Amino acid sequence: MVLGNPESHAPDRLDELLQPILTRWGSAARNLVQILREAQEACDWLSPGVIDRLQRALGVPRAKIEGVAGFYAFFYTQPRGRYRVLFSDNVTDRMLGNRALLDRLCRQLWIEPGKTSEDGLVSVASTSCTGLCDQGPALLVNGFAVGRLDAARIDAIGELIRDAVPLADWPAEFFAVADNVRRADILLGSAMAPGDALRAAHARAPSDGMLASNMRSWREGLPRGVGGPDALLDEIKRANLRGRGGAGFIAGLKWEACRNAPLAPGQQRFVVCNADEGEPGTFKDRVLLSAHADLVFEGMTVAAYALGARRGFLYLRGEYRYLLDRLQAVLARRRAAGLLGGNILGIPGADFEIEIHVGAGAYVCGEESALIESLEGKRGTPRNRPPFPVTNGYLDQPTVVNNVETFAAAALVALNGGDWFRAIGTGKSAGTKLLSVSGDCARPGVYEYPFGVSVAEVLADCGAVDAQAVQVGGPSGVCLAPDEFARRIAFEDIPTAGAFTVFDRTRDMFEVARNFAHFFAHESCGFCTPCRVGTSLLRNLMDKLHDGHGSPYDFAEIEKLNRLLQAMSHCGLGHTACNPVLDTIARFRPAYARRLEREDYTPAFDLDRALAPARRMTGRDDPGAHLQTVAEAGGESGASPGCGAREDSEGGRV
Amino acid sequence: MNAPPKKRLKVATTSLAGCFGCHMSLLDIDERLFDLLKIVEFDRSPFTDIKAVGAAGPCDVGIVEGGLCNAENVQVLREFRQHCKVLIAIGACAINGGLPAQRNHLELGAILEEVYHAGHGLANGTIPNDPELPLPLDRVHPLHEVVRIDVFIPGCPPSADAIWQVLTDLIAGRPPRLGYGLLQYD
Amino acid sequence: MSINPGFAPSFSLDGRQVPFTAGQTIIQAAAAAGIYIPHLCYRPELKPHGSCKLCTVKVNGRQASSCTLQAQAGMVVESDTDELNDERRALLQMLFVEGNHFCPSCEKSGDCKLQATACELGMTSPHYDHFFPSRPVDASHPDVLLDFNRCILCSLCVRASRDIDGKSVFALSGRGIGSRLIVNARSGRLGDTDFSAADKAASVCPVGVILPKRRGFAVPIGERTYDAAPISVVALREGE
Repeated sequence: MVLGNPESHAPDRLDELLQPILTRWGSAARNLVQILREAQEACDWLSPGVIDRLQRALGVPRAKIEGVAGFYAFFYTQPRGRYRVLFSDNVTDRMLGNRALLDRLCRQLWIEPGKTSEDGLVSVASTSCTGLCDQGPALLVNGFAVGRLDAARIDAIGELIRDAVPLADWPAEFFAVADNVRRADILLGSAMAPGDALRAAHARAPSDGMLASNMRSWREGLPRGVGGPDALLDEIKRANLRGRGGAGFIAGLKWEACRNAPLAPGQQRFVVCNADEGEPGTFKDRVLLSAHADLVFEGMTVAAYALGARRGFLYLRGEYRYLLDRLQAVLARRRAAGLLGGNILGIPGADFEIEIHVGAGAYVCGEESALIESLEGKRGTPRNRPPFPVTNGYLDQPTVVNNVETFAAAALVALNGGDWFRAIGTGKSAGTKLLSVSGDCARPGVYEYPFGVSVAEVLADCGAVDAQAVQVGGPSGVCLAPDEFARRIAFEDIPTAGAFTVFDRTRDMFEVARNFAHFFAHESCGFCTPCRVGTSLLRNLMDKLHDGHGSPYDFAEIEKLNRLLQAMSHCGLGHTACNPVLDTIARFRPAYARRLEREDYTPAFDLDRALAPARRMTGRDDPGAHLQTVAEAGGESGASPGCGAREDSEGGRV
Repeated sequence: MNAPPKKRLKVATTSLAGCFGCHMSLLDIDERLFDLLKIVEFDRSPFTDIKAVGAAGPCDVGIVEGGLCNAENVQVLREFRQHCKVLIAIGACAINGGLPAQRNHLELGAILEEVYHAGHGLANGTIPNDPELPLPLDRVHPLHEVVRIDVFIPGCPPSADAIWQVLTDLIAGRPPRLGYGLLQYD
Repeated sequence: MSINPGFAPSFSLDGRQVPFTAGQTIIQAAAAAGIYIPHLCYRPELKPHGSCKLCTVKVNGRQASSCTLQAQAGMVVESDTDELNDERRALLQMLFVEGNHFCPSCEKSGDCKLQATACELGMTSPHYDHFFPSRPVDASHPDVLLDFNRCILCSLCVRASRDIDGKSVFALSGRGIGSRLIVNARSGRLGDTDFSAADKAASVCPVGVILPKRRGFAVPIGERTYDAAPISVVALREGE
C-alpha cells in the first residue's frame, strides 16, 4: 500500500506520457479540458506531478488548472483506482436495480463506495445519467460505457478487475451499445449519401434576398458570385427549423445573426455542435452520432457554408467517449472524400474543419455559453448574457451552437428544401422529433415522430401499460399524469429535447423527484448564489421528507425555493431545478402526503441520530439518551429508543 | 390610576447553550424594567426560579437564549414552544449556534476524547456516562432548526434598546421591527 | 427610440429618471445618480461577475443582474421593491447558512459587507438550515490570515489578484455547494505564494476571509465602518 502522496508514475515516465498529449493540443491553455482528459487517461489521475508539468508547458497559473480540474466530475486530483467504475444513477438505473448491483460489486471487491481500494486497483462510485437508459443499468469504467448490467455481468466485471485484465481484453459485448431505433422517419430513415446536402445547397439558385434580410457580410471564406450560402439560409428559414435542444430558437435567425455579426480583424465564425446530451433520460443524440454521424457532420458543414465559417467543434459528452474513435474515423473519411478540409466539393475557398472536444462530466456544459467556456478550456460556467454567442462566442468570436439533431435536420433541409421540411409536423413545429423512450415500457429506444404526436400514441407504440406518469424532457422538463396523455409533443404544447421516461403505477413518484433533486444539486456549477445553495437546500428537504420527518412547512419552503430559483438564478439549470418536485407535488400529492407528519413544523435533522455518537462514546442507552425527532400522535416528546434506525437517505426504492 | 389593571402578559425566559449575556442585556433596560413589570409577569425564568415553563397556564411570550448543544436543551426548547404563544430566539447562539457551534467542524467523539481522556493533565479519565447528565448532540444547532421561532432578536448580545423595542412592539400588537443601529449581529 | 442630441439618454429606476453614458451598466448609472442597489460581488474597479445576484433588478418586468446589464434608454427598472428585497434577503440567508458566519468572533464585524447588507435589508435570522461546512484556516502567510469559513465565493480577490496585481494568487475550484476558493501554490498554502499584504487582492474581500495578521479588533465597536452609517450610505460615499 502506498501512503502519502503517491504518483502513479515515475517523473521521467510522466514527461513521456504527457508530451504527445501537449503536442497534439498545441500546448494551448484553451485546450486545457482536452489536455486534462487525455492526461488522466494516460496517468489514471491528475497528480500534483502531472499538474506541475502542465503548468510549465501551458504557462498558466497552477490554480487555474486545479480550478478547471476541480470543476468536472470525471477529473480526479486525488488518487483513484486504475479501474474507475462509475454507476449511472439516473432514475431509470434506480428502477432497474443499480444500487444493489453497486453494492454487489463493492462487496466483491471489498471496497466502500466512493473510496479507492488500498492497493490502488479500483474505485467505485456513482455518476449522473450516462445516456444508456434504454439498456440500463449502466456504468462507466475508465470512461467507457457498459450497459445491460445484471448480477452475472457484475460478477464478471469484478473478476476482470481483480485479475487486472486490461480493458482492451474485456469481452467486447460488454461495451456493445445498441442503437435500439424503434421508429424511423426522415432523420433515422435517411439514406442520404455524404455530400449530397452540400451539393444541393451549392447548386441552389441565388436567392431573391427576400428572406436573407442583411446582405452585408455573407460570403467570408467563400468566393464571390456564389448564390448558394444566401439561398441556403433562405431555405433554413423557410423550413422554420427550430433548435432541438429544448428551447426551440429558430435556427435560421441564429445563423443569420451569426453571419451578420461584425468580424474584427483576425476573427472568424465558428460552428459548434452541442453533443453534451446530459439531460437524464436523453440518448437520441448518441444514436444519431452512432448511426448517422455523416448526417450530423454534413449539417455542420452546411451551417459553415451558410455562415462562411472555417472551423467547427463537436462537443461530445464525456459519457460518450467510446464514440470518439468512430467519429474521428468518419471525419477522416469525409476529409478523404473532399467533404471536409480545403476546397470542399472543389469549391475554391470553401474550407471547413471539425475538431472533437470531449466533456468530462458536467451537465451544465449543455448550456451553450458554458459549453463554449469548456471548449476554451475553462470551468463550465454559463456566461453573462448579453452578449450572446452569435456575436461573442468561442474566443469572443461569432459562433452558432446547435444541437446534434438540429444539424442533422439542417442537412436534410439543405438537401430537400425548406418547403419540404415545413410540410412535416405541425404549424409551429416543423419536421420530426427524436424521443428517447425509457422506463416502464416493453420497447425502450429511440422513436422518431413528426411533431404533434400525442403522449398516448408514444406510450402505445413503446408498449407502456399502466403508466402513471411520463417525464418529458427530463428533470428540467415536465411530469405528466394520465389525464394529460392527450397532449402533444410540439413547441406549442410540450417542447422537449427528447427524454420520455415512463413510470408505471408501482413507482413512487416522490422518489423520482428526489432522484432529480439530487441530480440538480450535483450538477449545479456553483457560480450563482441561488442555484449553488438552493439546489442543495432542496435536496436536503427532499431527503428530510424521505426520512419521514417532513412537515407542511417544508412544502411551503420548497415552493418558496422554487420562486427564488426561478427569479434569481443565472441560467436554466437553476430556473428549472424545482420543476420535478413541484410537478410531482401538483400531480402525485399522495406520494408526498404519506411522508408528511401531522405537525406543521419538524426538526431539520434527525434528533435521535444526532445523539448516536454520544451514546456510542458513553455506552448509554437509557431513555434520557434518546430524543424523538417527531412526536407520535398525541404523545409527549420523550424517549423512543430505536427511532433513529431509519435507512440511510441514499436508499429508497423508486 | 383607577382603571382596573389589565391582565399582565406572562413571559418565560431561559438560557440553553448560551452565556446569560442576553439576559444581562435584558436587565440593561434599566429603569424601564419598572414599566415592563407593570405589564408583564415572569413565568419560568432565572428571575423567578420557577422550574417548569407554563405549569401555571400558558405563557404569552417565551424568550430563549443560547443554541442547542444537548438533549436537555432540546427538551426545554420543546416545552417552551408548547407553552408559549410567541417564541423569541434571542442572541447569536439561539439564531445560528454562535460560539458553541464553532465546535461543529470537529467530531464529537474527538472532542469527548480530548476533554475527558487525552487532554493535558488527565490520567485515565473516563467520559461521564451518568444518566443524570444530558447527552451532547453531534453538532450545535440554532433553535429554528428544531422548533418554529416567531421572532428573532440578533446580537451578541442584542442591545437593551433592541430588546425593549421588540417587547414594546409585541405588547402593542405591532410586528417587531429593528431598524439601523438596533439590528446587529455582534 | 431616438435620443434628443444634447440630452443624456436615461432610463427609469423606481420611477426616477437616471441618465447614463454609453456602456454604463445599470448599477454604475444608479450609483452615479446616488441610488444604492445592494451588491456583494461587484466593485467598480473590477470586471463585473454577476454571481452573487444581490444586485438583481427587474428590467421591463424581467430579472437581470444590474452589475452586468448595460443601461439602455427607456428601460423601466425596479430595484427597491418588497419583492426584490425579500428575494435579496433570502440570498443573504443562503450565504449565511452556506458558510460559517459567526459575527461576534469575526475581526471583520462592523466592516463586513455581508453583515452590513443583511442589516440594510432587515435580515434577523438565517432562516435556512445550516450546512456547517468544515473549512480549515490558512495561517501560513507571515502577514495575512485566510479564514475560508466566511468565503461567499464572490471572486473579488480572484479578479483583483489576476487583473490588478497580475499575480493570480486565487482561483475558484470545485462546483455546486462544494465550490471553494483555492490558492495558487502546490501546497495550496498562501505562505507559498508571492502574495503581499499590499496587494489589491488583500483589500477587496467583502467578508472576513483575507485578514491582516496582528490587527484584529483594532477599532472599537461603535466606531467601525458600518456603525457610523449604513452600507447604503457608505457604498455611495466611498464609490464601492
